[in-house]
Amino acid sequence: MSTIVAVRPSPETRISPVFRFAMLLPGGLVTFFLILFALGLVIFLAFRSNDGSLLGAGLTAANFVTVATDPLYWTVTLRSLVIAGLVTLATVATAYPVAYYLAFHAGRRRNLLLFLVTLPFWTSYLLRVFAWKIVLAYNGVLNSAFIESGLWSEPTLAFLNTPAAVVVTLAHAYAPFAILPIYVALDTIPKSLLEAASDLGARPFTSFRRVVLPNSMPGVLAAALVVFVPTVGDYVTPAMVGGPASTMIGTLIQSQFGKANDWPFGAALSVCVMLVILCVVLVARGADRRFGSRT
Amino acid sequence: MSSARTDTNAGGRWLGLYVLAYLVFLYLPTLLIPLFSFNDSIQAAFPLQGFTLGWYETLYGNPALSGALANSLVIGVIAASGATLCGITVSYMDLYGRSPLAATISAVARLPILIPGVIVGISLLILVNLVGLGPSRIAIVLGHILVALPTTVVVMRSRFAAIPKTIREAALDLGASDWTTFRRVMLPLSLPAVLSAFMLAFLTSFDEFIVVFFLAGTEPTLPLYIWSQLRFPRSLPTVMALGTVILTVSFIIAAAAEILRHRGLGAARRNPA
Repeated sequence: MSTIVAVRPSPETRISPVFRFAMLLPGGLVTFFLILFALGLVIFLAFRSNDGSLLGAGLTAANFVTVATDPLYWTVTLRSLVIAGLVTLATVATAYPVAYYLAFHAGRRRNLLLFLVTLPFWTSYLLRVFAWKIVLAYNGVLNSAFIESGLWSEPTLAFLNTPAAVVVTLAHAYAPFAILPIYVALDTIPKSLLEAASDLGARPFTSFRRVVLPNSMPGVLAAALVVFVPTVGDYVTPAMVGGPASTMIGTLIQSQFGKANDWPFGAALSVCVMLVILCVVLVARGADRRFGSRT
Repeated sequence: MSSARTDTNAGGRWLGLYVLAYLVFLYLPTLLIPLFSFNDSIQAAFPLQGFTLGWYETLYGNPALSGALANSLVIGVIAASGATLCGITVSYMDLYGRSPLAATISAVARLPILIPGVIVGISLLILVNLVGLGPSRIAIVLGHILVALPTTVVVMRSRFAAIPKTIREAALDLGASDWTTFRRVMLPLSLPAVLSAFMLAFLTSFDEFIVVFFLAGTEPTLPLYIWSQLRFPRSLPTVMALGTVILTVSFIIAAAAEILRHRGLGAARRNPA
């Protein structure tokens, strides 16, 4: 019996070349051509100078010199980082208790609640941002509701066109992103760990702080990443509710490929954003290795 | 012991209230769109002015709107088909291909999660101009395949992984070729997930704005049409009526996808060959 098993070729080694080729083709085309080659083009274009042609001319680092020396780009990058950081912090902090409830307290309602928190993820981002515009507008929902209730008599301009409006809107728009990774991390913590902690005399808060929180850190970091990345490059929300004081790096990139029409410079800005994201990913990886005690 | 238990129960109740408040915060702003779409006023403000269906009537007989809708539907179906095909093959080969190339493709396919949409948009804009397509419906399809790819890969990968290994091995041992095993065994067992991935990819494409903004030529999609209307305060109520329709359809499709994603898993687990 055992000899037969040993002689039999493993199913994994029998894959025919034709099948392998056919199965790898669609994904291979999309990943190598649409993702890697297209990103390579962006990096290439970033080192060209703008002469009005599609791929620019020459080979130059002038775009990066401009980005590094013009204080405007430092201000906008810093603002993008602060806004995205605040959004990430707010989103993860508010999502954690929800994920915790789903993992440990939801019981029979778990599937329904999971569905309800992920549903907004599949609805239009544009409409969710638009909803905040009508909430915060001068003649909008919030102002009119406050006047109606007699809290104040004049509508205030203070809501719309502020960086705070951008933070609130983005935090709301990306809220569903954060719950799932944290929930998965919490849900995979072995229940025996919690029982052991309580048997060894840990009070609920101690066992949360020393057992649950460290074990859920990989999920928290994953959640932070999936919120941070799309928010740091966002240009729709600043345009809708942010006003001129909330210009973000995504807005600048978009205008380079639109009104400003300097594609090489826009590509250089994009490369800088990707470098910033790479740094954040590396920091998150490092933190994951430090806190991720399970692996 | 008993005091600790009541502690956690009380904690759970407070947490339950928090979750309820969170859900209200999550849904309230979006639900204002349907609310004001029935409001007989050009402004979205309290007090409500009375019920009307007039804004929905303005949706009919609008050629720009119906053109954008048709565009969105066609692009959504094609892009979702492409993304689902890629999701199926990429995750299948990642799990069973046992080759570094398959693993690399699967990893790169999930990379768009770590790239902001604006950069996905401009990189594809450069690419489609380079190959001579220019901003067009094909360009949008390519962009949406990319945006939906991480979703379809994740959905299909978790589904294939949930099918007991023994089922595939039994088919191969009984002499089925790779292709037969894939087509007659693995694909039927994961059909609900395939449908779910397709629907979620369709929704992603149908609602997508950030990437499509760069890739649209002369034929806008529905989100682009909405964006163009936002400049005119007069068309605000029409946008809200349109938004209500879109939200309702998205809700139904997402719910169906969610139900499908979990369907049939029990059968595969109960009878592992």
